Amino acid sequence: MSEEREMITGIEAPIYLQYTFTAGSAPARFLSQVKKGVLTGQRCPGCHNVYCPPRGSCAACGLPTEEEVVLSDKATVQSFTIVAIPIPNNPIEPPYIIANLVPDGSNISFIHLMSECVNEEVHIGQRVQALWKPEEEWDYAMDNIRYFKPIDEPDVPVDRIGTMPVTGWED
Amino acid sequence: MQQIAIVAYQQTDCVSWAGATNEVELIMPVLRRVFDQVGLANAQDVDFVCSGSCDYLQGAAFAFVAGVDALGAVPPIKESHVEMDAAWALYESMLKIRMGHAKSALVYGFGKSSPGELPIVLSQQLDPYYLAPQWVDTISLAAMQARLMLDQGLITERDMAEVVARSRSNALNNPHAQLSGDISVDELLAQETYVSPLRKSDCPPVSDGASAVIICTVEQAVEWGVPYAIISGIDHRIESHNLAMRDLTDSVSTRQAAQVAGMADGHVDVAELYAPFSHQEIILTRALGLGEDTQVNPSGGVLAGNLMMASGLSRIGEVFNRITSGEARRGIAHATSGPCLQHNLVTVVESA
Repeated sequence: MSEEREMITGIEAPIYLQYTFTAGSAPARFLSQVKKGVLTGQRCPGCHNVYCPPRGSCAACGLPTEEEVVLSDKATVQSFTIVAIPIPNNPIEPPYIIANLVPDGSNISFIHLMSECVNEEVHIGQRVQALWKPEEEWDYAMDNIRYFKPIDEPDVPVDRIGTMPVTGWED
Repeated sequence: MQQIAIVAYQQTDCVSWAGATNEVELIMPVLRRVFDQVGLANAQDVDFVCSGSCDYLQGAAFAFVAGVDALGAVPPIKESHVEMDAAWALYESMLKIRMGHAKSALVYGFGKSSPGELPIVLSQQLDPYYLAPQWVDTISLAAMQARLMLDQGLITERDMAEVVARSRSNALNNPHAQLSGDISVDELLAQETYVSPLRKSDCPPVSDGASAVIICTVEQAVEWGVPYAIISGIDHRIESHNLAMRDLTDSVSTRQAAQVAGMADGHVDVAELYAPFSHQEIILTRALGLGEDTQVNPSGGVLAGNLMMASGLSRIGEVFNRITSGEARRGIAHATSGPCLQHNLVTVVESA
């Protein structure tokens, strides 16, 4: 028998590739507004849904979304989960809430954090508002909003979530 | 065998930098034009969609999924993707139609190569144990291939420059070309070498863009009432990933694919060859046995604009355009993938 060889089960082959990444025209316009503390969406010319954040197209219709719409920083909880496990490199202490939120004036939700709330009392239809970082810290980033916190407004019935006008309940 | 028709082809301009556009923004305009060519609203009006792209190019994970946002995929559509040139997406779509699972298909490919260093990025498609960790780039591999041919007396640097000069001059008639112009062989030879023996002009430009094709059954083409061409044969063959085991001065896989696709069953009026490097056009022309009576790369080929993951599909589209315009009756389109022409696909396109 030949000498026994050590089984090779892996090799180190790190990959370093450098890219000049661009977010895209529509996301760039959105991020420029976020830097000014304004949430914007884009409306589909076909189905009239407003997307936030916009990607440049209506994913349902496949049409370019060019009309820009200013949104409220008030939103409605469409869905949520309570994260109880620590996530590596995530500075947020569990348990915390990740929620699908629909900002007023938009029809499609985005995902953000919720805080200043009793986790066990968070519910679908709950009204929340953005808590922004101090203005001098604003950048081209969604974490200009630290998190959303509950506000004292009546719940939105499930069948109306995603249809709130930009004026919210005041409409 | 179910005959397949090509009914539409569109391509963006090849540009060196597509600016801030993301993949959806890159794809949407060309899809709009290809739908309009047939009179379709969106991807709901075809039975199948298949795309070709590679997320390594722009360095964005799952960029190919984001591309679906350009389709109008509500209600859900039948969709697939190849991490290859979209010429192979067309191949998959043909199988789908021949199996009777679809009557029509949208095929598109897109590549945004400008964000990264393309020759380095492509080194990561090599075998992962020996070659990829050495970061051997595509231009260096092609240069070794050209060196083999020069030293064996199979080509001269003048032959290579003649390919480039013809590409630049043909590209004057291609509105989507990135590089075109009247430049003489002597002017090209006067340029310094880049990666010896290649001059920069022997290499393809780095390009951003997309292209799209719609194929269908002949019955569907007649029903839509649009001009169409017939795909009478298609085949692809691959060679070893081990470059040392291949004869790099020949392209056996291209020749085999052409034989099986039935290239020899009639005259080849036009050939669009995916030859990223000038000497590779000579390899392909010889492997296919193309003579003086075949017009090679009238579009300028990929030396005039190289849309990674889309230019193979565009070769098919370019032959389709020449057949439906009446310039040619029969032609072949070639697509390639991998280093030094490793994997090759040949499509035979004929007038209806």
